[in-house]
Amino acid sequence: MDKKDLDLRYYAKVHSIESFGTVDGPGIRFVLFLQGCHLKCKYCHNRDTWDINGGKYKSLEDIFEKIIKYKNYIYPNGGVTVTGGEPLLQVKFLIELFEKLKKENIHTCIDTSGMVTLTDEIKYLLSLTDLVLLDIKHINTEKCKDLVGFNNEKELNFAKYLSDNNIHMWIRQVLIPDYTDDEKDLLKLKNFISTLKTVDKIEILPYHDIGKYKWKQLGINYELENVRPANNDDINKAKKILGIS
Amino acid sequence: MEFKEWNTFHPGNWKHEINVRDFIQKNYTPYEGNSNFLTTSTEKTKKLWNEVLELYKKEKESNGGVLDIDTKTISTITSHNAGYINKELEQIVGLQTDSPLKRAIMPFGGIRIVEKSCEAYGQKVDPNISKIFHTIRKTHNDGVFSVYTPDIRLARSSHLITGLPDGYGRGRIIGDYRRVALYGVDILIEEKKKDLEILDTDDFTQEIIREREEIKEQIDSLEQLKTMASKYGFDISKPASNAKEAVQWLYFGYLGAIKDQNGAAMSIGRTSTFLDIYFERDLQNGTLTEEQAQEIMDHFVMKLRLVRFLRTPEYNELFSGDPVWVTESIGGMGIDGRTLVTKNSFRILHTLENLGPAPEPNLTVLWSTRLPEGFKKYTSDLSIKTSSIQYENDDLMRITLGDDYGIACCVSPMKIGKQMQFFGARANLAKTLLYAINGGRDELTGKQITPKYEPITSEYLDYNEVMEKFNQMMDYVAKIYIKALNAIHYMHDKYSYEAIEMALHDKNVIRTMACGIAGLSVVADSLSAIKYAKVKVIRDETGLAIDYKIEGDFPKFGNDDDTVDEIAIDIVKRFLRKLQQHQTYRNSKHTLSILTITSNVVYGKNTGNTPDGRKAGSPFGPGANPLHGRDTNGALSVMNSIAKLPFEEAEDGISYTFSITPGTLGKTEEERITNLVNMLDGYFKQTGHHMNVNVFDRSLLEDAMEHPEKYPQLTIRVSGYAVNFTKLTREQQLDVINRTIHERI
Repeated sequence: MDKKDLDLRYYAKVHSIESFGTVDGPGIRFVLFLQGCHLKCKYCHNRDTWDINGGKYKSLEDIFEKIIKYKNYIYPNGGVTVTGGEPLLQVKFLIELFEKLKKENIHTCIDTSGMVTLTDEIKYLLSLTDLVLLDIKHINTEKCKDLVGFNNEKELNFAKYLSDNNIHMWIRQVLIPDYTDDEKDLLKLKNFISTLKTVDKIEILPYHDIGKYKWKQLGINYELENVRPANNDDINKAKKILGIS
Repeated sequence: MEFKEWNTFHPGNWKHEINVRDFIQKNYTPYEGNSNFLTTSTEKTKKLWNEVLELYKKEKESNGGVLDIDTKTISTITSHNAGYINKELEQIVGLQTDSPLKRAIMPFGGIRIVEKSCEAYGQKVDPNISKIFHTIRKTHNDGVFSVYTPDIRLARSSHLITGLPDGYGRGRIIGDYRRVALYGVDILIEEKKKDLEILDTDDFTQEIIREREEIKEQIDSLEQLKTMASKYGFDISKPASNAKEAVQWLYFGYLGAIKDQNGAAMSIGRTSTFLDIYFERDLQNGTLTEEQAQEIMDHFVMKLRLVRFLRTPEYNELFSGDPVWVTESIGGMGIDGRTLVTKNSFRILHTLENLGPAPEPNLTVLWSTRLPEGFKKYTSDLSIKTSSIQYENDDLMRITLGDDYGIACCVSPMKIGKQMQFFGARANLAKTLLYAINGGRDELTGKQITPKYEPITSEYLDYNEVMEKFNQMMDYVAKIYIKALNAIHYMHDKYSYEAIEMALHDKNVIRTMACGIAGLSVVADSLSAIKYAKVKVIRDETGLAIDYKIEGDFPKFGNDDDTVDEIAIDIVKRFLRKLQQHQTYRNSKHTLSILTITSNVVYGKNTGNTPDGRKAGSPFGPGANPLHGRDTNGALSVMNSIAKLPFEEAEDGISYTFSITPGTLGKTEEERITNLVNMLDGYFKQTGHHMNVNVFDRSLLEDAMEHPEKYPQLTIRVSGYAVNFTKLTREQQLDVINRTIHERI
């Protein structure tokens, strides 16, 4: 179907689903991977989700019905996590979906970079969101631009908005040796987080290169070819700096 | 009835009739707490277990993994003198022969299989015994083959119907071993004598005569049981007077069964909550400590881990290692709403920690969403640590089976002491589909196996035409299948009757004819490919369809997609109805299981290319699992697909094997436990029936393949039971590793 024929409130570009997500938010999560991302993270492990013209259109009805099939598993502690790609690129659709989910009392979660303009639509969506997994790309704005193609102004604003509006978040930092593990940067990150009131958890996501093959499949050069995956020592060191256990 | 051993027990009907359930309900103490009360192994246990580990090592190093065989003694309940591991240390005694891990010969099932087994391990059956069973005494195996018809023989040798218990003991009968402890053997004999009085009728029909003969054999076997126990210095004619005796009496009952029968699955029932009543009484009156209670359970479980049967290497290849299926059913809920979890439910599971993981006994948790949280968490924690537990849906089974059923073998529920089954292995429906396309010629040999049907000759397969022919072929297979099973079970009753196990049943027993399906997901995917994609047939010069080319995509089983899942459901219902059209031996009720055990590898080996794109010789999915790699939406989608298969029409069980890496289950230990609990709750709410839970890393298994000596106790669950990973053939190890282990990038 052509995009111009569709009402984007009721259709989303979907990359894939994972019915048994356990690492993106609390409990068992139905994870919806939306297609399309405007960032250019050099370390991205889902390179195949970038292309805005990829994926397949799925209807709101279909996706909602699918989610409902898993409510027996997700009810007590889990919920739905929307990730991508950058899910906030499809905000109109998410508003419709989250309204329906809230009626079913299902926990809603968005995994985002926060690198978006805070439109009224996004603000309304966030009011329907129980938890945001906010992936701070880099606390150092120049390094951020180099790593993902944008400076960090928007995402830091986004974090502040969440804090000011009492929306809960988990802060995530991908730990890439020689890119994001500088002690000064991590201390700066710690300071920034301390200004936020609604952070429930800080997660260090160790960089791995398991998604490298996806770049190769697409015939695109993988710039971090020679960067090693983060190991336990790296993680423990970063955790110590950030003051988390 | 009144015994001093029953002092302080709450009275009830159980005092006036054989009624163990009533005794449990009147006397047990539900436990809603956590595992903190458990104790570690005692010095005695550690010493004894180390001796067992030494024995295991010796066994493994022996020819074919068989330590020793007593080739001179026909095994019966009383055939051997008392045997011990270390008499000073053992709290619970009794071995199948006079020495641990020494295997006995049981020729009543078939002499050739015994001879073959002995030869495979470098020994020879005593010539006198061979002579008796070749020339004087007929066996079950002889009986079956003397009546088999040519069509049965063909279906059998072509692997259309497969794994039939015509050369080995059928097993899957659970004696109510608890009766020995609660009543003592004398009462059981008295009650059986009363049954004989009922059978003193004017119309002395064949049925009455057979039943009288059987009950007489049961009484004789109970007498023998007393003799057997007396060799160990125990008088079990009276009820057990304390916890240690209760475990000992109960184990003697089971020991009688495993000395008498080399059954494919020799399950023990639902014993731990029953035994808890005795433990509680002793703990209350101060004659027992928690350490001692755990010690008794540890030693009991050690005995169950030592059970061995003499089997051929081919049998071991089919079933992966050396399984006994000492299945113990744990937990569940009572119909009055109280949980049947007791402290002793924890103790028996705790043996996985005190003695380390092991495939036997086959610890089976009867899961209800209403189980106490502490118990749910403990079992999940142990699953993550040991991969040694299977789960079955108590909320589903309680509807038809009440609250005193147990699991035989892997997934077969039966009311304890009131129900038995005629084990029927399984029909290969993937092969049946290929026969439908080829008019009954075998796709691998070209040989005509069934009567000639019209083969499909078109270039592309047409769904309606295939379904019509598949229907006809299933009709044929159902007919041959029931014929074979009737012959097998008639002869088993005649030549190898399980007297001691049936002595621990009521007089009027419910019998089921437990048929099975292999290759369900292959059939569902094949039919889906034919219906939703285009499947081109590739034939050899004789017109035999030998391969298929698929054009386009099609929905695949295991993705929670109704379009294909409904095909699978339809096949189950259809095949059961076809079986029901045939009269069964002893009017047993037709039931169906979707369970392959590990034979999914062997069945696959004997089945050609299938229209779903599966290559000839490659394994089927185990049990009801989707074919490896066909599921793309994550584990819960697989679960939802399998949960749709109707238990009402597959009452003998629907097996699902779930394997996951620890990291994919959750980030922290606590999260993993919670997620597993929620997942099990969810699957069973979806009316899933059974789940094996494996939690391990692929790399661990790969390392264990190369360095088995580092992992002597590595246990994994496969389709309804657990095996020691290092005892699998390399082919099976690869199958386990390649089978979908859910992991996330």
